Amino acid sequence: MAAKVRRAAAAVVTSKFRVLAKTIMKQLRHIALLMLGVLAAPGVVVAGVLPEDRSDALYHQYVGGGVEIDGPSVLVRKQVGKSLSFVGNYYVDYVSSASVDVVTTASPYSEERKQWSLGMDYLRGNTTMSFNYVSSVESDFDAKTYSFAVSQDMFGDLTTLTLSYAYGDDIVGRSDDPSFQQDNTRQQYGVGLTQILTRNLIASLNVETITDEGFLNNPYRSVRYADPNVAIGYSFEPELYPRTRTSNAVGVRARYYLPYRAAIEGEYRFFTDTWDIVGNTASLMYVHPWGKYTFSIKGRYHDQNGAHFYRDLFPRAQATNFRGRDKELSPLTSSTLQLKASYQFIDINKGWSIFKKGSITASVDLLSVDYHDFSDLTAGADVGDEPLYHLDANIFQIYISLWY
Amino acid sequence: MTNRLVPRFLLTTIALTALGGCSNFEPWVKPYERDRLADPIMALDGDPVSSAYIQHVYEAREGARGGEGAAGGGCGCN
Repeated sequence: MAAKVRRAAAAVVTSKFRVLAKTIMKQLRHIALLMLGVLAAPGVVVAGVLPEDRSDALYHQYVGGGVEIDGPSVLVRKQVGKSLSFVGNYYVDYVSSASVDVVTTASPYSEERKQWSLGMDYLRGNTTMSFNYVSSVESDFDAKTYSFAVSQDMFGDLTTLTLSYAYGDDIVGRSDDPSFQQDNTRQQYGVGLTQILTRNLIASLNVETITDEGFLNNPYRSVRYADPNVAIGYSFEPELYPRTRTSNAVGVRARYYLPYRAAIEGEYRFFTDTWDIVGNTASLMYVHPWGKYTFSIKGRYHDQNGAHFYRDLFPRAQATNFRGRDKELSPLTSSTLQLKASYQFIDINKGWSIFKKGSITASVDLLSVDYHDFSDLTAGADVGDEPLYHLDANIFQIYISLWY
Repeated sequence: MTNRLVPRFLLTTIALTALGGCSNFEPWVKPYERDRLADPIMALDGDPVSSAYIQHVYEAREGARGGEGAAGGGCGCN
């Protein structure tokens, strides 16, 4: 009885969340259309700027949960003439994985992912148009994304409105089956607003809708179901996701300049999707410059419930139409502490050779994830008595940035 | 709903066009008052390579996605 009441209460809360999310999205669509009206109106704008010329060379490393991923990322941005800016990025992930998923249903593996992108920004008056192409290639996954965005500075440059659209086309394969090939398409619609509120406060609002269609599950991952015919009490079968997903996210961010030259930033995001995941993410950051150094500390918290087709243990084989046991789709809470330090080795007031400014930055993110309905099968306990899985990961970054 | 939205769009466009034609907008934070906002410590996305990477990590570790990008330069302080 108590369980029924709890389920009914949970259903009411979920239902209220959905109604609230739908209302918010409806209002945001109205705002987006009004903003389109703003964009179409001439004469209320003053002057736009292109992004600064810069290059960044970054090394990243992720270590945690039996997974190690590292590699470089290099970005080069250069303005050509007065109204064009080109940007290119090359990024690599070298993956070595023996994660809890992998060791319970498959064998550890090594993999690499190479991603490159080319983009162009075109400034005309107060309007910046951006085009971008991204290609990401793995041995069993190929993704291409084409995106377009238009930004408008207005109201004495106090406001920047950005509308964006991206189309993604993925091909999913299997390394052990060359004949396996499935397609995904993805469309992203975004509206962003950056607003100067006071001489010390700047804020932004971002709304993003993403729709996916195609083969959305991992071709290697399995779900677990109770099986009295085997000694361990459970067996595995391939997961099966819905072929569509639409998600909506609304994020707000504000940064405030403190009286003694330091900054504080707060951010909140609400997320909901058609798989019934509802997520809340909040973060707080403090930035403190000290001579040529800049230090920052950031805390981030994320909480979500699980997808409607997620189960840690299904009662039998093919128990539901859709089945998933991806721990990222389970109810979870994650928290991150980020520490960052930056040293400016080329002073912005002096410069050096062709460079206006240069800095080197190192950061560490300590990520901790508590899964509320994902059992650690490596513990070897009886079915139903397995402990819940917990992930700790350390993320290191070091990068050099040069402005010219 | 589309029937209601199209007139709103046109009305907004016409109203702002008229506004732009008739008057110069006076920003409540003047350009010469934006020195603090132009300070690098106030950049909403001062490290684009690093923030893209960490966003990729979160999207791989969590079920949520999107809504975290900065909407562009915005402060007109350069």
